Amino acid sequence: MAVEYFKGIPLIRPLIDLDNQGFWEAVKNHKLVIQRCKDCGTYVHPPRPCCPNCNSFKKVWAPASGKGEIYSYVNITYEKVGYPGMMCPHAVVLVELEEGTRLITNVVDMKPEDIYIGMPVEVVFEDIAPDLTLYKFKKSKGVKAKKGKR
Amino acid sequence: MLEEYLARKYRSETRPKAQDYLIKDKVAIVGIGQTEFSIDSGRSELQMACEAIKAAVDDAGLKMEDIDGIVKFTFDFNDETSLVNALGIPKLKFFGECGWGGGASVPTILHAATAVATGVADYVVCFRALNERSGRRYGYVPGATLTTIATNTHYGMNFPFGFMSPIAWVAMFTQRYMHEYGATSEQLGWVSVVLREHAQKNPNALFYGKPITLKDHQESPMVVDPLRRMDCCVDTDGAVAIIVTSAERAKNLKQKPAYILSVASSTATDGELMTSVYRKKISLLPETWYMGQELFRVAGVTPKDIDVIEFYDAFTPLIPMQLEELGFCNVGEGAAFCEGGKRIRVGGELPINTAGGSLSEAYIHGMNQISEAVRQIRGTSTNQVKNAELVLATSGLGVPTGGLILRR
Repeated sequence: MAVEYFKGIPLIRPLIDLDNQGFWEAVKNHKLVIQRCKDCGTYVHPPRPCCPNCNSFKKVWAPASGKGEIYSYVNITYEKVGYPGMMCPHAVVLVELEEGTRLITNVVDMKPEDIYIGMPVEVVFEDIAPDLTLYKFKKSKGVKAKKGKR
Repeated sequence: MLEEYLARKYRSETRPKAQDYLIKDKVAIVGIGQTEFSIDSGRSELQMACEAIKAAVDDAGLKMEDIDGIVKFTFDFNDETSLVNALGIPKLKFFGECGWGGGASVPTILHAATAVATGVADYVVCFRALNERSGRRYGYVPGATLTTIATNTHYGMNFPFGFMSPIAWVAMFTQRYMHEYGATSEQLGWVSVVLREHAQKNPNALFYGKPITLKDHQESPMVVDPLRRMDCCVDTDGAVAIIVTSAERAKNLKQKPAYILSVASSTATDGELMTSVYRKKISLLPETWYMGQELFRVAGVTPKDIDVIEFYDAFTPLIPMQLEELGFCNVGEGAAFCEGGKRIRVGGELPINTAGGSLSEAYIHGMNQISEAVRQIRGTSTNQVKNAELVLATSGLGVPTGGLILRR
């Protein structure tokens, strides 16, 4: 079950600036990248002007494997605390990528009650509008459904 | 980065620093004022601010022209010029604002104390006025008027996925907290029940006359799983003002001074406005830990010495998390500490939020916690803790935060 969007309510776009432009351009092309420091190799997300570890301004957009696991999650059940353009209830998950950085995102093939911390997931891309592509996550292949805590 | 936090090793300076002798015991809170707390004030936020400031000035036994400093919240819509024009304050020598939503409450006192201690100003007012219930509710996502571009780059990583309300952000940390430490919704429910119990002693509380049971909490609807409606603070219309001056001047004023033993603020690595999800560990509150290390170092006391706590409590899990980060119990034991309510109610070993807190008195962005801390020191609370000598108050969590210890 993916998040369903109401037609007619404008969707929220990310604020794209000179620091995170490369990240969102990759997403538009259905690729997931992570900012990586050219000097010390630290993965940095969200994108920033320089590396918080060594302060180097040299960085590359490193391709991410797109695999990770669910680090935490919530289920938005009350519509007034969710975005009016998205049908409630829907889950929001925090995915920890293999590379160690995390992403706030949605899931596409599961009910909120099936989600559990530690579930292996992999990235998929959804073209929601002609000018908006988002990364979402689905259960990794071979992972059997395990009942969540409720 | 977060290593010193995770290892719980603080690089503290052992040598006393300037603030240890400039602010400690040398600055005091001498006036508190407030409006009624309601769900629809029917008045402008400017009028609410003026009423609270007037009440605080009268409470302190000052004249309006004595006020020469104002510290406001960045979130507050009332600016200094509107206030001085309305109140007839001749001139201000010091003014400024503190950011990060409710994180600003204690830092306003820190700014005011710094101005007073350095002689920049004599009588500084800190205030917060908001028609949050009848006007723009912070807990909700604004409707169709919403801009379609996230307001800043870090929200841009969250909003498109529907992750855009304070309760959703806190729920994300809470889920992880429950996972790592086995905390339960019932344990959080006890926080809600005890604070509601405290509000029954406070006629100004929005939930005065409306006690709840643990069953009520457990049956209240899920808002963002794992948090229920009764895990949330109460959106309020209201205003609170607090006056800070030197201990020397305080001696000649109307009220028994609440001396500042220590006041501190802190940020921490990878912090954002309540969406600090990229940290190595998200289940607790690093800013609060850093702030606590400095707060207790300057105060020269330990958590065992604190008689009453007035925690910032926008959501129930923030209370056990603060108990852990400030050293009132071990990491992971905060929820169990609150279970049953015996230890945290008035009469217990560590009374918390004696006026009802944001959960049951009013949500004035943490300023009502500071005024209740002052009442506990004065001995005038409607839910007074006997012989309260040291009272701790904190400001907003999961954002740059602050803490304050007041003494008699």
